Amino acid sequence: MHIVVCIKQVPDSAQIRVHPVTNTIMRQGVPAIVNPYDLFSLEEALRLKDKFGGKVTVLCMGPPQAEEALRKCISFGADDAVLVTDRAFAGADTLATSYALAAGIRQIAKEQAVDIVFTGKQTIDGDTAQVGPGIAKRMGLQLLTYVSRIVETDLDGRTITVERRAEGGVQVLKTALPCLITMLENTNEMRFANLPAMIHAAAYPVRKWSKEQACIEDLDKIGLKGSPTVVSKVFGPSPRTEKVEMLDLETSNLRDISLNLLQKVFTRHPTLEADLLMKESA
Amino acid sequence: MKKPSQFDAIVVGAGPSGNACAYTLAKAGLKVLQIERGEYPGSKNVQGAILYSDALEKIIPDFRDDAPLERHIIEQRVWVLDDNSFVGTHYRSDDYNKPPYNRYTIIRAQFDKWFSSKVREAGALLICETTVNHLIMDGEQVVGVQCDREAGDVYADVVILADGVNSTLARKAGFHGEIKDSNVALAVKEILFMPEDTIRQRFNIGEEEGVVIEMVGKITDGMMGTGFLYTNKESLTIGIGCMLGDFKGSVNKTSPYALLEKLKQHPSIAPLIQGGEMKEYAAHLIPEGGFYAIPKVYGNGWMIVGDSGGFVNAVHREGSNLAMTTGRLAAETVIAAKAAGKPMSEAVLKTYKTELDKSFVMKDLHKYRDMPEVFHKNNQFFTTYPELVSKAAHKMFTVDGVDKKTKEREILSSFRTSRSLTGLVGDAVKLWRAFR
Amino acid sequence: MNAPATPAAPAKRPAGRGRNLELSDELKAYKGVWVFVEHDRGHVHSVSWELLGEARKLADTLGSPVGAVLLGGADEHLEKFAAEAISFGADTVYIVTDPVLKGYRNEPFTKGLTDLVNKYKPEILLLGATSQGRDLAGSVATTLLTGLTADCTELNIDPVSKALAATRPTFGGSLYCTIMTLAYRPQMATVRPRVMLMPKADSSRTGNLIHDTLGMVETQIVTKLLDFIADAHSNKINLPYADVIVSGGKGLKNPDNFKLVFELARVLGGEVGSTRPCVQAGWVEADRQVGQTGKTVRPKLYIAAGISGAVQHRVGMEGSDVIVAINTDPNAPIFEFAHYGIVGNAMLVLPALTKAFAEHLSKRSAQVA
Repeated sequence: MHIVVCIKQVPDSAQIRVHPVTNTIMRQGVPAIVNPYDLFSLEEALRLKDKFGGKVTVLCMGPPQAEEALRKCISFGADDAVLVTDRAFAGADTLATSYALAAGIRQIAKEQAVDIVFTGKQTIDGDTAQVGPGIAKRMGLQLLTYVSRIVETDLDGRTITVERRAEGGVQVLKTALPCLITMLENTNEMRFANLPAMIHAAAYPVRKWSKEQACIEDLDKIGLKGSPTVVSKVFGPSPRTEKVEMLDLETSNLRDISLNLLQKVFTRHPTLEADLLMKESA
Repeated sequence: MKKPSQFDAIVVGAGPSGNACAYTLAKAGLKVLQIERGEYPGSKNVQGAILYSDALEKIIPDFRDDAPLERHIIEQRVWVLDDNSFVGTHYRSDDYNKPPYNRYTIIRAQFDKWFSSKVREAGALLICETTVNHLIMDGEQVVGVQCDREAGDVYADVVILADGVNSTLARKAGFHGEIKDSNVALAVKEILFMPEDTIRQRFNIGEEEGVVIEMVGKITDGMMGTGFLYTNKESLTIGIGCMLGDFKGSVNKTSPYALLEKLKQHPSIAPLIQGGEMKEYAAHLIPEGGFYAIPKVYGNGWMIVGDSGGFVNAVHREGSNLAMTTGRLAAETVIAAKAAGKPMSEAVLKTYKTELDKSFVMKDLHKYRDMPEVFHKNNQFFTTYPELVSKAAHKMFTVDGVDKKTKEREILSSFRTSRSLTGLVGDAVKLWRAFR
Repeated sequence: MNAPATPAAPAKRPAGRGRNLELSDELKAYKGVWVFVEHDRGHVHSVSWELLGEARKLADTLGSPVGAVLLGGADEHLEKFAAEAISFGADTVYIVTDPVLKGYRNEPFTKGLTDLVNKYKPEILLLGATSQGRDLAGSVATTLLTGLTADCTELNIDPVSKALAATRPTFGGSLYCTIMTLAYRPQMATVRPRVMLMPKADSSRTGNLIHDTLGMVETQIVTKLLDFIADAHSNKINLPYADVIVSGGKGLKNPDNFKLVFELARVLGGEVGSTRPCVQAGWVEADRQVGQTGKTVRPKLYIAAGISGAVQHRVGMEGSDVIVAINTDPNAPIFEFAHYGIVGNAMLVLPALTKAFAEHLSKRSAQVA
């Protein structure tokens, strides 16, 4: 079995701050991490490998420093890592990214046929959830997103059955391999890397491919040129004019504060009290 | 049963001393494993921060090509503060504008990342988010480390501890005792963002130029300690620290944060930081016990570098250059021993200490060996003298119709009344003792 | 394997001349603001109506018609939904009925929607950012080789280019960015439930229905829908549409204290929400997470207890009518955007509020009765 997992290195948005003066993103000093959603997909791929044997290759389209993210995946148990990196990819939106990654996967498949492609559900910096579906479309793979559980994998029969989260319930879908899966978050927990794996990952020679090595021919489809969406502006949230009204516990007791708050809330929102009374009587 | 070494050396920690050590070793072709407990190199590190070129040049001569540097320092101010005034000296020299520059302000997190990338480029292996639990011994010899991951034992010919002021490894192995409160300072700092133009105007500096202000006086509430203010590219770093034992024992139960707030509100400081947006706050321990607090720093299969060994010159607020220098010297010791085919025994590693003693590291620490003792027991240097000096300056510089001779007499008299003649002489002797 | 449907090719610029930012004449002819109407087991997801309201506004600015798309099986009440769509603002409803469209699957739905787009050429296509919507949007955008902006918080028409200006949070919500698809059509965007306001239905509105065929048979479709397992109804937490939400964060110190949150919510007839750290710590179910990676909510009253108000949480609830914040830290970011704030221990304030509300409501309902 050969599984390819596409990952992205992203800034840890929990630690991102906005420069208080220039209102721009302060990227310096913000650690880069493997997109957390990708880890659920990677863990699922590793579990399949544990069960069926075979190989997991992690693939990333990114700048040179994305190598670190791939190493992290090696430490978790991925067997091989490929970084498709080229200045020409800069500025890629999701359409251009799925094009580049699809090309990368095809190249990898030339070495060993690929049974399943995993991507993360979405990224924490882009949030679009479009790259997975984009790759599937370009490669003619069946698409299974929001997968909460892989029910059965039949390698000989070339089918896979999954549970997929939908509104109000779960769909049970069965499709043919090869396919593309995006895992829902919190469906599994990433294993801990042991020390030998950490050392192995630190020394691992991550393969780096330029656009030529990834056999990307149409330069109009990658990077900025291949991106239909244009960011026209980036701006900070408009400062709030109304300031919060603080109710001071120092000057009044809790009971008075509570009653005071009630009054203010009901005065501010004319229909709220009526709504609550209706619920009471209901 | 001794397991074979997987590495020539293991360096515990990826701060300045660990990086200096690992880089030097890797550059010499040795197989190095560096183990850092934080998420990334520098994540557990806090520093003012000032980079001393001299120490780094000896390790990476062309560091200026791509290291993230904020401003090169052209002016040094030393201020003795009273409650609402200060007496200070400034030294600014255009010589400091002639490259190569001697000192820079840096942002710790970015700098460590850069340094670490150099270490890995040189061929060392770095693993993060891994804590070394204890050293693995074979009899008296350190032969490896045990980490907090499964199958966490790894073996090397020598283990170099660069694990910072909070190090427990050497203690656990019995190489030295507990750190005393009196040997450690607790410092807090804030980074305040402000527009580059404002910084330039307020401090009268050009685009890449920087100012350092070192402060002492009543700002530390009678405790032994110092404050500082550094100019970065688009932010200021302001901080203050005192001995941990003093904080714990202080009558007013002053907290480091309270001291910092007071400092920020000082009439001489407030205008300088006005409008700055506080976007980062950090606290850290600094080993300041000086010469007498330095533990044994080498043994059979082990050495200690950086803060872990107490290598900090509190008087001149130098720590990172000592860290880098000790890291480099330890590495050079190992390289020489390897080249000569010698084992990593205590007798062989003694060269490290010998080199340390010959270098400015131990020489400076030795010079100021009595400083902690003297200042600790004589808080008049942090209370009475700043006041006296301030009032003297005030008297001297205020033109109020009183003749100068009378003023002088009054100043002298104030000193004598405050400290008595014997006290003054005694203080002079103490200062001499501390600084010689 | 199905070959992707060939889209109308935009005017080609020679390679190496920079990216294409000009709309070809052919694409300029694309007209109409469409909404993909998502439905499941007998009812339409409210987000589709929210989007129709938005589509109406955009279309009026452009002077274009509003279209709604319904795909489904023969017995799925599509005609009824179509009438509803018209009442919410649609001018034309495009319906494709086929047995293979019963129950959502990527392949037939992608074909159905892209065929309609290629035939009727809308300039804008909106979908709800739901499990179905996101699955479908990515496939459709890639098939049509056009631009797609996800999770938008605001949609406007740029006065100069007349293009759709889609605004969304970026970098964890600290900043916003406005994205446009200038040279490709249709311009696609997804919007999360509850971000846009629910429009008012106007049953006097009229519109027309256009039926079309899918042109696909079951044997062509590789993925089979074997079953649908509904969630147990009693467990259903409906945060996005709750009127009152009482939310607890890590400031509550331990999961047991959440009972105070539940108690106040009960008295107010509201739902209980929470933050990502609490969900990750296993203190509450994931469905209760409010925020950028959780649910967007718009209650009349949002009470936040022990929540710092980090930007990722803020983005999910700042549309609330009245925000009350309780936190021990006077510098907590939540006080920057709350309407009322109490610096205090939530473990004391919550019971006090519960008591006050309970007494007040029972007193008032006695008066009314």
